[in-house]
Amino acid sequence: MSLKVSLYGITRDIVGTSVIELPAPAPTTVGELLAEMRKQYPALGELRSCAVAVNNEYASNDQPLHTVDEIALIPPVAGG
Amino acid sequence: MTPYLAITDQPIDVAAALAAVQTDAAGAVNAFIGTVRNQSGGRPVRRLHYESYDSMALTQLGHVVAQAVERWPMLQEVAVIHRKGTLELGDVAVVVAVATPHRAESFAACQFIIDTLKQVVTIWKREEYEDGTEWVAAHP
Repeated sequence: MSLKVSLYGITRDIVGTSVIELPAPAPTTVGELLAEMRKQYPALGELRSCAVAVNNEYASNDQPLHTVDEIALIPPVAGG
Repeated sequence: MTPYLAITDQPIDVAAALAAVQTDAAGAVNAFIGTVRNQSGGRPVRRLHYESYDSMALTQLGHVVAQAVERWPMLQEVAVIHRKGTLELGDVAVVVAVATPHRAESFAACQFIIDTLKQVVTIWKREEYEDGTEWVAAHP
């Protein structure tokens, strides 16, 4: 199973692309995904926070991931 | 009540936002208008660049409004419009407008919506200075 992860704001600057594809065997949970991304891109660990969204909702670390999910890294938001 | 929610790369029409919440059942319309300021923590700001994850931003905005309706069931109408793209000093970045029967709830609900928007809605702001740019709030 592979995963596509969308990147916004400073996470896109850190990774250098707006979508990253993680080939199989890809992380199976949100927590594994965050750990893998931080390993590949240590600068992600320096952010104030980095959440993961699954299908437009904030996801907890134990949430499972599927190829069909819309997955995104969510750095600290700053609307308004 | 169906709120009017939008993320747009076009200038925000504040009068249209106010018109969107107009209803004969309301005696109070309250609006918050966020604009682009010329400095941030004392550092001069030239302009702002907003980026949005639109589908999630609209989903989360819907949740924010639903929470507001739960707390203030008398809310008659709500409009939230957020700009994205490049904004110059003085440009309107966001408008929150609410209509309620009486004024006290209109202030409270409007403040709740803008405060919660800033915490959960997936919009990012990059400040442009004379000597570079920085993503707001990204680092501790």
